[in-house]
Amino acid sequence: MSDVVEKTLSALPSLLSLDSNAGAGKLSSTSKLGNLIRGITELTSKHDEEKLIKKELAAIKEQVASPNTTMRQMKEIMVRAIYCEMLGYQASVSYIHAIKLAQQGSVLEKRLGYLAVSLFLNESDEFLLLLVNTVLKDLQSTNLNEVCMALTAVSQMFPKDMIPAILPIVEEKLTHPKEVIRRKAVLALYKFYLIAPNQVQHIHSKFRKALCDKDPGVMTASLHIYLQLVKESPESYKDLTVSFVTILRQVVGGKLPMDFNYHSVPAPWLQIQLLRILAYLGKEDQGTSEMMYDVLEESLRRAEMNHNITYAILYECVKSIYTVYPKAELLEKAAKCIGNFVLSPKINLKYLGLKALTYVVAQDPNLALPHQMTIIECLDHSDIIIKRATLELLFRITNAQNVTVIVEKMLEFLRQSSNDYSTVDLVGKVAELAEKYPFIKQDPLNLCNGMQPDIPNNFLRLLAEGFDSVEEDRQLRLFAVDSYVLLLQGETASLPQCFLQVISWVRTKVPIGLFPELSRYIFPSILLIFSYYIFSYYDVVLMFSFEYFGSLDTVLRQRAHELMILSQDAGLRGRVLSAEGRLEHVDSSLSFLDGHVSEALAAGAAPYKPPHQRQEELAHEKALSLEPYGLSLPVSLSTCSITDRLTDRQSPTRLSISSSVSGNSTELSLKGGSTTLKLDGVKRVWGKEGYLVQQPKEVVEETPLPPTELPSPLGSFQSPVSQTQTASPGPEPDQERQQLASSLFVGVGTHHSVCLMGRTEAAPQRFRRKPKGTGSSSGTSEHSSNSSHSSSGTAAGNTLDSTTAATGQQISQHALGHPPVNGNPIVETPGPLPPVRDGGVAAEIPTGHTDSGTLADPNEDPVPVRPRDLPLISHLPAELSGLARSKLTTLCPGPDPGLALSSCRVYKEDALVLVVFVSNNSDSTLHRVALRFTSKQLEVLFQTNTTFPIRFSENLPLTVSTGEYGKMWLSFSHDVKQNLRLITAGDQSPLTATLDTLRDRLHLHVVDIIGSEGIVACRLLRGQPCLLHCRVHADSLAVWLRSPIPEFPDSLLYHCQKALAEA
Amino acid sequence: MMRFLLLFSRQGKLRLQKWFTPIPEREKKKIVRDMTTMVLARKPRSCNFLHWKDLKIVYKRYASLYFCCGLDAEENELIALEMLHRYVELLDKYFGNVCELDIIFNFEKAYFILDEFLLGGEIQETSKQVVSRAIEASDMLQEVRCCPVGTDLRSVFPSS
Repeated sequence: MSDVVEKTLSALPSLLSLDSNAGAGKLSSTSKLGNLIRGITELTSKHDEEKLIKKELAAIKEQVASPNTTMRQMKEIMVRAIYCEMLGYQASVSYIHAIKLAQQGSVLEKRLGYLAVSLFLNESDEFLLLLVNTVLKDLQSTNLNEVCMALTAVSQMFPKDMIPAILPIVEEKLTHPKEVIRRKAVLALYKFYLIAPNQVQHIHSKFRKALCDKDPGVMTASLHIYLQLVKESPESYKDLTVSFVTILRQVVGGKLPMDFNYHSVPAPWLQIQLLRILAYLGKEDQGTSEMMYDVLEESLRRAEMNHNITYAILYECVKSIYTVYPKAELLEKAAKCIGNFVLSPKINLKYLGLKALTYVVAQDPNLALPHQMTIIECLDHSDIIIKRATLELLFRITNAQNVTVIVEKMLEFLRQSSNDYSTVDLVGKVAELAEKYPFIKQDPLNLCNGMQPDIPNNFLRLLAEGFDSVEEDRQLRLFAVDSYVLLLQGETASLPQCFLQVISWVRTKVPIGLFPELSRYIFPSILLIFSYYIFSYYDVVLMFSFEYFGSLDTVLRQRAHELMILSQDAGLRGRVLSAEGRLEHVDSSLSFLDGHVSEALAAGAAPYKPPHQRQEELAHEKALSLEPYGLSLPVSLSTCSITDRLTDRQSPTRLSISSSVSGNSTELSLKGGSTTLKLDGVKRVWGKEGYLVQQPKEVVEETPLPPTELPSPLGSFQSPVSQTQTASPGPEPDQERQQLASSLFVGVGTHHSVCLMGRTEAAPQRFRRKPKGTGSSSGTSEHSSNSSHSSSGTAAGNTLDSTTAATGQQISQHALGHPPVNGNPIVETPGPLPPVRDGGVAAEIPTGHTDSGTLADPNEDPVPVRPRDLPLISHLPAELSGLARSKLTTLCPGPDPGLALSSCRVYKEDALVLVVFVSNNSDSTLHRVALRFTSKQLEVLFQTNTTFPIRFSENLPLTVSTGEYGKMWLSFSHDVKQNLRLITAGDQSPLTATLDTLRDRLHLHVVDIIGSEGIVACRLLRGQPCLLHCRVHADSLAVWLRSPIPEFPDSLLYHCQKALAEA
Repeated sequence: MMRFLLLFSRQGKLRLQKWFTPIPEREKKKIVRDMTTMVLARKPRSCNFLHWKDLKIVYKRYASLYFCCGLDAEENELIALEMLHRYVELLDKYFGNVCELDIIFNFEKAYFILDEFLLGGEIQETSKQVVSRAIEASDMLQEVRCCPVGTDLRSVFPSS
């Protein structure tokens, strides 16, 4: 349009408003709105924009007030008002007119009126009451459009109290002949259900009718309601499972009209909704779950197209499969599906893959293993979101062995991250880990840097300097972290970031009551910060001051009082803060509090007592205390006992904290046990020189069981990470990554891989076996646990005696190198290895064994190679540490003064456990431990906390089919390749002959022989399998072994060599 | 459930905002500010999913316009991404090769389409045909009533 016309137009404002409908697409650049928009676009400064909008709003105000303004003009004005609102300026004058427009306008004006109302107002607005009548009228209108508009408005915002007024009419619409009306009515009811569930309780039967509606759109809409209902009480809707399954089957089968397809996938939204509902229904319910296995599998199978939408369905499907009652076959398929996500080059899919893994590793940590390298890669990903998701995943697979590395990674991330929300979350996770694995000493400065405190930075530095000199106490730190987490969980949403930082910092740094002089120093600073930033959160301030009320230190108490009073009295705060700006100069005589004090006294408060008087009273209370102390801390009895107990009684907050702690006393005692146990890991972290772990690399070197350090007899041990899914830039970074992988995933993969529903908690390096190599083991152990323990004390004593006597003999037997005989109670652990080249002393140390005739018992044997200064008892497995036990008895000094053998009895409720400790006090490494048991009835449980791998000579045949073998093969991560000698015997082919020899001598199971290849399987007594793949290569046999246990292939290979050499 | 949908330009100018749950004005401003800074800071070809407090944020850029929505924690991110895509398809079908200017100057139309597509934060109608038919039906009313006036308007021009 020409300039002339434009000018003309602007001279005719009343007519212009008519021009607002320029049809679909082309904009009306000449309207007032157009002018406004263009005007704003041309402006450069925010200030100018503000001015222009103010002018515009003034014009709007004037126009809406004018009685001459027609509805049509009003419509145009509304559009401009909406625009102003969108820019962030309130156009409140137009609200009432928007309602008026909806009320009085013709259909098209009404439409805009409703739109404006829905954009301007929300549920709680009183203006909405004015709309109720309009809605009522429109709902009853014969014009479909008006009904639609009213329903749309109702589903967006409707005053809760007025629902009963329109509910009957909306219900009526459920039977309307037009499906669009029915659909909107269902959605309106859904909205009502969300904001006022009890108002729609009586119409649940109508929901069912909507679910059965002949129009799929209406049915889909009803699923929104059902998702909510099922989520809230799955029990009441189990009967609908069949219907949902049928619907899903029909949808997946493509029975819906083409209209519902999205990129040729049938009704994906509907599918996802149904999958979600099924997940809620099938959760922890085997019967219901069984009904849906088929359809879940079908959805999984059908979603094969390479499009986002199919991945969306797959993702939901995997989640459902892992939520409902587990079915191994399905889980396996779902796990494979996750692999597709994780390995996808598309970053969104990768992200979801990580999320899915995070979801499933809770059930089976092994699932993370095949993706180790990808996970490592994601950890260094340039996209911070991916990194964050990876950390989340690692958080879930944290165990005592990899926790240091993972926390290190988290802190590293924290140092880079600037996002407040994820920082809070992650700091919380670090704190949680610190609580769970108390041996990680968080480097306070690390944490501090990680959180990037912007405002209280200086304060923190001050704190750090003041504190570094003080010796840190682990348990108290634990407590501090504990409280911090408590706080973080309670109030995260509303607390400003800086406050969290300070609190967390103070919490982790300052054990209350232990360092009164330090607290005294800190408290005023906290006060200061509180007063500046967060006085509005005064519950927290109160809580904090309550804690200090309990302090014996009068100065602290005074500060706490000041803080509390300040937080309660806004006027006073205003005066104090505005006068000085800083609280340091607060009148220490507290004269300004006189009024309050006298008021409080009048209200019945106790009068002030001077400190010495209070001390005396406290002393009295101490003497007379009859209250249970409550297990406030798992440990630290000497340092903080008195103060803590006293404060317990005085401050309600502390009381509640400690009582919550004592409520978990069993857990705590366990935790206490694991505390000591997990100290084992510290060996690598703390050296004589102090803290060794500065960088992850070092950790990697120090990590338990790094495969490269294993004394491999053949020198060909491969790292457990064999997946080469990713092209690595060079050998060196790759190696670094593999090291990182081995340190991150250490202890994750010890479970039986096939057992997808295994226990969630990994118990690393723990193998059970029975001395007798037959299947009767479980029966025996049951029998043993039933045996009485009345005479066990003495019996064990006898046991030990005989043990001592027998040791010498058996050692000599071993020295003679008797070969282990299968089926014989003699068990060798591990088989004699060839002398180790690099081990220095290469001590062949046959050690502890026990022999107890009648006493049937699980017999524990940790083989700790620990720093000698740690008490051996601390190596007791967690489940035994809380139990009563005898003193540690030294059994025999052993052939080498550096080696000690001692034992102790632990009295379990159903059994007596004999624990034999083999401790290496020399500096050389233990390379070989051979144990021999002469009793057939003992259950032996090995535990080792060392870098020393326990090996097993005894294998059981594992009977699997070729198909199962293939699946297992892919799921195992530790492998070894080696060439073996071929045996030639008579008419048999060399391969068959060799495999037969192995079968006969080692009890391996030959699964299949195809041409020049053969597959063999075996397993340890308690189910840890190892698979062998053999191929004839020239005149040797190339063997490839795989197992979930890193040491197993190596060990087995050795036995194969031996067996073949002897043949 | 979707909590909000925002459309903003590369310069961070808001083009459309839809809140599906009642949120105080101040909080809205904060969300808009946070979303624009967060999303605009993202490099191209990075992940389309973000976190904000307890919400999942899914965004996608179409030409110069960012579509960004906030979802409840249990929602499926990928399907939300497709939801955004479907909305763009609907806009495209309505405006015919939609561009940012169409949405700037006809944002009320964009809202109408959105209201037919999503209702109360849940998807209402997934079929492209059904949605556009619904919009057309309401637009027809407009056409019928406006046409005579439109002719009037044109006849007024020369005389003035």
